[in-house]
Amino acid sequence: MNEQLINVPMFNVQIDGVWHRFPRGTRVIEACAQAGTFVPRYCYHKKLSSPGNCRMCLIEMGMARLGPDRKPELGVDGMPVINWMPRPQISCAQDVTDGMGVRTNSPLVEECRRGVMEFLLINHPLDCPICDQAGECELQEFSVEYGSASSRFLENKVKKPKNVELGPRVTLDDERCILCSRCIRFCQEIAKDDVLGFVDRGSHTVLTAHPGKRLENNYSLNTVDICPVGALTSSDFRFKMRVWFLKETKSFCTSCATGCNTLIGTREDVIYRQTPRENDAVNSSWMCDYGRLNFGYIESERRLLEPRILSGEKLVPVDWPTAMAQAAAQLKHCQGLEVAIIASGRMTNEELWLTAQLAKTLGVGWIDIVPRFGPGDDILLSEDRNPNSNGTRLLGITAEPGAQLPAIVEAVKSGAVRALLVLGEDPTKLGLSLEQLKELPSLIMMDILSSVATENATVVLPSFAFAEKRGSMINGEGRLQRLNRAVRAPGQARDDWEILRDLIQACAGTNGIGSVEDVFRQMSETVPHLAGLSLSKIGDLGVHVMEVNESPAPPYTPASHDIEEEMEHQPPGRTSK
Amino acid sequence: MSVCVSRPKLNWRERIYLPAIVGGMAITIKHLKNMLLGRTKVTIQYPEQTLDSEMPEHYRGAPALVRDTDGRVRCVACQLCEFICPPRAIKIVAGEIPPTDRFAKVEKYPAEFDIDMIRCIFCGMCEEVCPEQAIYLRKDYAITGFTREEMVHHKDKLLEIGGVMHGVILKWNEKK
Amino acid sequence: MDYFLITTSLLKILGILFVIILPMVSYTIYAERRVSAFIQDRVGPNRVGPAGLFQPVADIAKLLFKEDFSPRNANTFYYWLAPCLALIPAIVTFAVVPFGSTLFGVPMVIADINVGILFVFAIASLGVYGIVLGGWASNSKYPFLGGVRSSSQMISYELSLGLAVIPIFLVVGQLRLTDVVRYQIDHGWMIAPFLGDWTNPAKWLLAIPMLVSFVVFSVAIFAETNRLPFDLPEAEQELAGGYNTEYSSMKFGLFFLGEYAAMITGSAIVVTLFFGAWHLPIPSWHGGFHWALIDGSGDGWRGILGGLFNIATFFAKVAVLLFVFIWVRWTLPRFRYDQLMRLGWVFFFEIALVNIFITAIILAYYPA
Repeated sequence: MNEQLINVPMFNVQIDGVWHRFPRGTRVIEACAQAGTFVPRYCYHKKLSSPGNCRMCLIEMGMARLGPDRKPELGVDGMPVINWMPRPQISCAQDVTDGMGVRTNSPLVEECRRGVMEFLLINHPLDCPICDQAGECELQEFSVEYGSASSRFLENKVKKPKNVELGPRVTLDDERCILCSRCIRFCQEIAKDDVLGFVDRGSHTVLTAHPGKRLENNYSLNTVDICPVGALTSSDFRFKMRVWFLKETKSFCTSCATGCNTLIGTREDVIYRQTPRENDAVNSSWMCDYGRLNFGYIESERRLLEPRILSGEKLVPVDWPTAMAQAAAQLKHCQGLEVAIIASGRMTNEELWLTAQLAKTLGVGWIDIVPRFGPGDDILLSEDRNPNSNGTRLLGITAEPGAQLPAIVEAVKSGAVRALLVLGEDPTKLGLSLEQLKELPSLIMMDILSSVATENATVVLPSFAFAEKRGSMINGEGRLQRLNRAVRAPGQARDDWEILRDLIQACAGTNGIGSVEDVFRQMSETVPHLAGLSLSKIGDLGVHVMEVNESPAPPYTPASHDIEEEMEHQPPGRTSK
Repeated sequence: MSVCVSRPKLNWRERIYLPAIVGGMAITIKHLKNMLLGRTKVTIQYPEQTLDSEMPEHYRGAPALVRDTDGRVRCVACQLCEFICPPRAIKIVAGEIPPTDRFAKVEKYPAEFDIDMIRCIFCGMCEEVCPEQAIYLRKDYAITGFTREEMVHHKDKLLEIGGVMHGVILKWNEKK
Repeated sequence: MDYFLITTSLLKILGILFVIILPMVSYTIYAERRVSAFIQDRVGPNRVGPAGLFQPVADIAKLLFKEDFSPRNANTFYYWLAPCLALIPAIVTFAVVPFGSTLFGVPMVIADINVGILFVFAIASLGVYGIVLGGWASNSKYPFLGGVRSSSQMISYELSLGLAVIPIFLVVGQLRLTDVVRYQIDHGWMIAPFLGDWTNPAKWLLAIPMLVSFVVFSVAIFAETNRLPFDLPEAEQELAGGYNTEYSSMKFGLFFLGEYAAMITGSAIVVTLFFGAWHLPIPSWHGGFHWALIDGSGDGWRGILGGLFNIATFFAKVAVLLFVFIWVRWTLPRFRYDQLMRLGWVFFFEIALVNIFITAIILAYYPA
């Protein structure tokens, strides 16, 4: 990557009167952004091709004036003299050249933007009060700067279809559409599912799905994210909450081993949506619908809200110290080989490390996680649906997830295991029948949701969901990423690491761990891959710690992406390949 | 920096304070006398006397939701009032109008609209911010209740206080 | 056993306590609120009954039904004792005050003892114990400060109080309060020489020290009853209520009652010493100008009406003085504590002392 950068020639570009240097192949709109000037745009998206059809990014441009010797004439400052073009140009479909001049805020440019805004708003409905995009709508933002308060449009507005179900998860309002074609290009270029397109002509042009097809691919909600206006809305998030109320917490998706970076939008401890967060090393700017919508269970009515222990024939709610004492007593009552631990690939590194400590303390031999696989794709979704399989390998829970599991199940069945500690998994799905679980002298379950198994456990410990805790996981590519707390957990549920810490303390005395940072510190002191790291050093974008290749490569990595090559395939101004 | 302020020199009359005391007592007894003779203007006797008929045009009483002349609840649950409300008295849960409804074009309506009148400070920002001319501060000021729950005005109560608003812009009506 | 004396004394005690003092306290509080309201251009309590006249009933009901709260670390015994100690001296003092002439031939004074004024001082001095104990037993800083302030304030002003009355007894020659009244009926009120034997020049000369005595005594009474401008023990703004901060419910009510009862008693003493007690002279030209005397010595209805008229006269005078108490409270601001002590020790003490000598000198030249 560095060699490439060194070999790329640098061009002098004057932006708003100041000379900057950019590598060849930089788009003018990106060059302006790097120079600190944001050029308004609708159709341009840096992860997509440039059709140049919204005309919002018009700028004044000029090239170096060439002398008779075909060399640029130099001015008194030693820089090229610029020949300004009389007409404005779009900045999104143009690469920088040497000696280029750009004006982003001249009177002509401002006038152009005002004109473009007026055209865009001719048929746009005034329904911001009910529009889900309001608050993060680019049309609103640029209207503030370049829009007119009154309309000169006397004719009737064009009526277009509203509330169209484009697919199971996306609802379209055609009147709001400004025909930027971002969604069409996303489906073509990223999702590889070419279902959207424009039909009809002139001001009657509408966005629609191909007849007989629906926008139902697993990446359809990304079109909602990139839609600059409120035309495409998420059917799940529709009318749920205004975006300005949302507190956005940086996190990542735990639905598969890819670990797409996300923002969790919450208000007053309720999660309303997840949106992808740009991380070119993991997920570019996208995430799949499956992972995005996989948070409803956090608010489920089946959430375990209080610790319970088996007293007589039924589970009774108790306070935490009682529950921990009971769990520890049950574990200590058994010999090391009579205890089995079924951990989960959904646990964070901190929790897995504490689990390993607990196993060591008790001398447990039976320990494994439950492997979890599903169909993957070559875009983002990984076949490994456990977000932290690599963490379980790294922290020595298991060499290969699921290898020891049949043996544990057999041992439970045969009665060799007398105490089973299940962390966030459902043992009934492993071939153990309810009767066999009921016969176990002690079944300690730490979980989020109640299940048949938790109802028949001897100790139930309610824990946190991914949006409620801090911690780290290692994704399929060996990247260490960090979860941040977005909401508070309901009821008396406790953080998983705290439960495990207390369990260790109850079994073996104090271990000097007071915070999740302490856990990470102890972990980084013993695990060489994590040496020198801390939770805060992981950062928002993660750190690469392991050399594995288990999940598909991201669809777009700037390092391997050659813009000129792309341009040959996709000349600016066209939307189709 | 300190400034030395010299105490004023008092003469002997001032120093025995008696004239000042007598003067003060004369003032207070004058007020008492005027009050007894009914010359002093005092406040109104509230529950018996009210100023309802002389309420100024700009009086800000209880906030309320209004219907327009078509009978539509003006509010579309945009939640701007909830956002602007300084004491966070407003709570809105939005709902979607079913396509069969005569106002289906509006799409969104407030399924729940609560104003906690214990919190409300009658600032009128909700009225000012409303893009739909849906919430108005009416002249009701005697808002009472025996419990905190009673002091929360739900949507029904708000519409009851609000009534019908004439002369508002009917922007959701079909133009053609 | 003198059953007649015991019965009439009991009747007088009950009458004074439940017919006079307690209603008077209640309505003094009401008057305080109404007068202060009028002085401040407000209306005041006017809701309960006509013109708010039943407000005291509502106040008492409120005090009785409020939660009776005691601080956890209070010394319970003294904490409970203090309100009683604040109330009882104020009421007991009334025993020696002649509040009327005679009714049915019975003298309208509960205990006409010959050390009347000494009894007044002895008992009134006990009032400070209620406040000091209340302040100390609450185990809280504001009550404690209030108690400390109150003890030094009361001791300081008792000096002036005691010295201020000596000229009267120099003139009268008796400590018995009924004798003081009798003297005033014969010779005119202490501060009003034109009543009684107004032709006597010594009376006019004596009026000057009597006036000084009256001023010193009244001011000292203000200080003794913790009224503004001397209410430092309970200064709301500084001490959050002072000695009664930690009291609630009827215990607080007792403190309140005690304070107002002390005011009434104080006024009664002032009326007795300086304003002729129950005596109201009526100018009469029946056989040359003289001041006619109405008392309960007449026969039948005449005597009963006369006796009742005397009692009414006495309490009317008390009421006027109570109004002055209220009036002063809502006019004057509170003293600073050092000013209070300076006033007591440097001015009133000396003035009262000099006043005794002046009286003595006058009496030496014009023996009564």
